[in-house]
Amino acid sequence: MRALRVALLHLRVSVMNELQYRANFFIQLIQSLISVATGLIVLALIFDRTPDLNGWTRPQLLVVLGIYSIVGGFFGFGLEPAVVRIMGDVREGTFDYVLTKPVDSQVLASVRAFRVWRLTDVVVGIAVATWGLVALPNPPSLTELAGGVVMLMAGFVALYCLGLIIVTGAFWYTNMDMVQDLFTGMYRAGQYPTGVYPRWLRLVLTFLVPIGLAVTTPSQSLTGQLTWQRLVALLGFVTALVVVTRLIWKLGTKRYSGASA
Amino acid sequence: MTYLRLYATLGRQAISTNFQYRLNNFMFLVGMIAEPVVYLVVWSSIAERQGGALDGYTPGMFAAYYIVWTLVRAMNITFTPFGWEERIRDGTLSGHLLRPIHPVHYDIGWFSGWKVVTIVMWLPIAVALALVFEPTLDPTWQQCVTFFVAIWGAFLLRTMLLWVLGLITFWTTRVTAMFEAYFAAELLLSGRLVPLDLMPGWARETARWLPFESSFGFPITALVGPISGRGLAEGLARQFAWIAVSALFLAWAWRHAVKRYSAVNG
Repeated sequence: MRALRVALLHLRVSVMNELQYRANFFIQLIQSLISVATGLIVLALIFDRTPDLNGWTRPQLLVVLGIYSIVGGFFGFGLEPAVVRIMGDVREGTFDYVLTKPVDSQVLASVRAFRVWRLTDVVVGIAVATWGLVALPNPPSLTELAGGVVMLMAGFVALYCLGLIIVTGAFWYTNMDMVQDLFTGMYRAGQYPTGVYPRWLRLVLTFLVPIGLAVTTPSQSLTGQLTWQRLVALLGFVTALVVVTRLIWKLGTKRYSGASA
Repeated sequence: MTYLRLYATLGRQAISTNFQYRLNNFMFLVGMIAEPVVYLVVWSSIAERQGGALDGYTPGMFAAYYIVWTLVRAMNITFTPFGWEERIRDGTLSGHLLRPIHPVHYDIGWFSGWKVVTIVMWLPIAVALALVFEPTLDPTWQQCVTFFVAIWGAFLLRTMLLWVLGLITFWTTRVTAMFEAYFAAELLLSGRLVPLDLMPGWARETARWLPFESSFGFPITALVGPISGRGLAEGLARQFAWIAVSALFLAWAWRHAVKRYSAVNG
């Protein structure tokens, strides 16, 4: 409970901080619109040439594009700022301040920074996904909607774990800037349903870099292509990932020797 | 002569610095291949659905296009326009201004050294991609020569274009949306997303009047084809013309931009 209170407090401070820069909201909104517009143009190019992409129709891919933008928005809002901050802190030795506080270090490190305006991606994404859902011949049932939301959250947890595992590498190997590029590069692959990719890449995108899991599975649920068995199995996988992340975090923080001390 | 010596020195510096961060550079390249692999998979599957070829592009040709893409993209990376904010804010620029040589030369020299490292690191990645995706690639020697010249031309052209774009930072700090719009236009109209031959006619026509193709699509097509000898010569001429235009524009814009600069902590 205390962890939750700390998280909420940090969130409030970040929100208050960013509300001072209101013009940034519009700039961020323009950026979100540019990126979604680009995505829509690409879809138009694709469907100009083919009625479906490996079985995925245009409205279904609109849902995927919307979810991709939603996940990206949450990622930029909560995860990316925290990850960047941890990497900087480890390099400069200021990570001491996280470890010496009487709150769990993983929780504290994860909630210290938020970029509120990145949520514009979420808003734009919801609009695009809704557009796709309305255009579907069979709109999703309530269960399918709920499944989509659950998988969206699970996917986000999986991305959080991956982000944290990667950043834990900073405890061993301090110069991690390029790893961030690696991650953003991989992230782009989430724009299309994993079913489009060859089998090896599909597995990589579901389990190793769970971007496919975060984007494709919620979309599958919303478009009625996700079975119960698969949903449960993926939730199990995400739970295991949470445990592993926790272990790696513990190991990593043990490695850390304050450079400033 | 001074410039050549400057380039050589900066280049050597960049080479030894970046070979020290081998793993970083390798990771960077690996991260970059996700993007072309996505395009490759999407367009090859459309080609297969269309009965094996899309406007003459077979999956093998797509594979060749997007594997060469990775090298061109790596050559294409240069000083980011987003970097200007920091240069101005922390006063790095003040130091540059004291030197007797135009600061663009420092970027060109340093980044071209880094390119040498990039090309070396790229080779194993290209081999791996070729084994997985089986490209059809059968260039003539004219194509190879043109390609070699064109990737360096592309690097030079994009360095100058992004430099000019970055100079906007001298007038306003709210540049992000502008830069993003530029990159979106570049993505669609350069051949980065899909070979320009496959774009609708009006988009191809627009692209002809913009410099993006010279810095991305042309080098790839030069090696992968289909392209005639005349096409090679025309493409190179067009690229050189764009380099000249952007150099003039850069010289002009820089003179105005630097007048707006006031050192922060110089």
